[in-house]
Amino acid sequence: MLINLAYIVACVLFIIGIKRLNKVKTARQGNFISSLGMLIAVVAVLCEKDVAASWNTSDWMQNGYLWCFISIVIGSAVGVIWAKRVKMTGMPELVALFNGFGGLASLLVALSEFLKDPEGSDLVSAVSIGLTILIGAITFTGSVLAWAKLAEKITGRAILFKGQKPINLLLILVSLSAIVIYVIPGIDVYVKTVMVITLTALALILGFTAVLPIGGGDMPVVISLLNSFSGLAASMAGFIISNTVLIVAGCLVGASGVVLTLIMCKAMNRSISNLLFSGFGASESSSGKKGPQAEPKAISVEDAYLILEAAQSVVFIPGYGMAVAQAQHVVKELASKLEQNGAEVSFAIHPVAGRMPGHMNVLLAEADIPYEQLKTMEETNPIMPAQDVAIVIGANDVVNPAAETEPSSPIYGMPIIKAYEAKTVFVLKRGKGKGFSGIENELFHMGNTLMIYGDAKATISSLTGEFNTD
Amino acid sequence: MENIVFLIFIFVIAAFLGVELISKVPSQLHTPLMSGTNAISGITIVGALAVCAVQATGTLGMILSFLAVIFAAINVVGGYLITDRMLRMFRKKEDRK
Repeated sequence: MLINLAYIVACVLFIIGIKRLNKVKTARQGNFISSLGMLIAVVAVLCEKDVAASWNTSDWMQNGYLWCFISIVIGSAVGVIWAKRVKMTGMPELVALFNGFGGLASLLVALSEFLKDPEGSDLVSAVSIGLTILIGAITFTGSVLAWAKLAEKITGRAILFKGQKPINLLLILVSLSAIVIYVIPGIDVYVKTVMVITLTALALILGFTAVLPIGGGDMPVVISLLNSFSGLAASMAGFIISNTVLIVAGCLVGASGVVLTLIMCKAMNRSISNLLFSGFGASESSSGKKGPQAEPKAISVEDAYLILEAAQSVVFIPGYGMAVAQAQHVVKELASKLEQNGAEVSFAIHPVAGRMPGHMNVLLAEADIPYEQLKTMEETNPIMPAQDVAIVIGANDVVNPAAETEPSSPIYGMPIIKAYEAKTVFVLKRGKGKGFSGIENELFHMGNTLMIYGDAKATISSLTGEFNTD
Repeated sequence: MENIVFLIFIFVIAAFLGVELISKVPSQLHTPLMSGTNAISGITIVGALAVCAVQATGTLGMILSFLAVIFAAINVVGGYLITDRMLRMFRKKEDRK
């Protein structure tokens, strides 16, 4: 009774916590409140009668309570060290990895519940075990692959192989049939065990093959979706043990992940099915072949400085390239110099810039840039024609006018930041090659665009240096 | 049977509540939101603990549930700390010295 009340309190704290995450002012407090809910839930389960009873086991090897504490200590220690040591630029991949661990934990819970009762005498919990294994395993391998792609352990590009779609479909169908056979009452335990092992193996493979064809630029969507999955897995695990706090908290996460996924898809003008099955980064662009275009104009840092010095308004448009070059701190320095020089400085952030939702906001916040200066795409576009200079740092597709003008382009229809409407556009780019997605960018060829080639961090440092020598 | 209907009821209500709660979050907070909800998905630690403690079915089940608690604890503790680290960086102009 008391324990169920504690679970209700935990659920309420999660809800309040998520609600507080709505505003920058209250977000930190919200996160704390939600962690308090987690603590209460953990303490409550440790007080449950049959859980606490395990303390009285005489053989310490069999003492579940003791093992609970040991594992909590180990897990928490690893979590603390990891979270403290990671650099802000390594954030997306760590969040992906943690997400995968959540899925793995749910998968393991389901498997050991299966071992407890291989006959699956309770239909509800048998179905839940099957679904938890399926979702948990996909979350685990999918997240690990996303982590590897983000951390550049393997290529971030989309990897396609022949027959990908039929293979994925087959994997899903066989997994679902395995669940069905497993839950049928009265089937031999041996068959059931084989089914559960098959299901686990196939779902693990499915996580890999589903994320494999998704390219780096689409990562924000995949991470949101996997986030949703890890919540659903926890929720399904709640059905196994009839635990309400698991169901509610897991479902809240599942819903939030779905909402984020839809927001990201909308920002790219693509449907979820299109994203999951098309392999974005792999499609070769057809644009850029329509006759000769003006050669991009390059400009030196000194000349760029002269233009910046005269500018009254400057907007920065950051992309993943800024994260790679770790240029956020030097950008902040340059922004301060420009402000001292009397210019109005803002940052235009595309919803899918970077590798996870809101990635650029976190990086710029790390560099101590006040969040009032960070503008959304919708806020920036109407005032773009009034901007003297737009500085594009490591962004490509999100400023590509082809999204508006070129129906054959793979990104056609995606809302963009209209950098080309600014009076002058600086594009900071490492080399003359195409961007991550391999799509030709017309912006680079436009009359008001000036390219500054070289490492973004070095370029911005020398621009700041020019202001200093004045 | 009644029990499962009740649980599904809770599930559906929570889904609607989740959609309502998240739809209002501004895009600049999407990363902390994701990482914060990610930590909440570590709630599976409660299930893991329940299984780990009451696991009387021999070594394999014990090892699996032991590992489950470890991974869930990493997810929870790491998730909350990293979210807090991110949120600490969001500051207004006047807050800075």
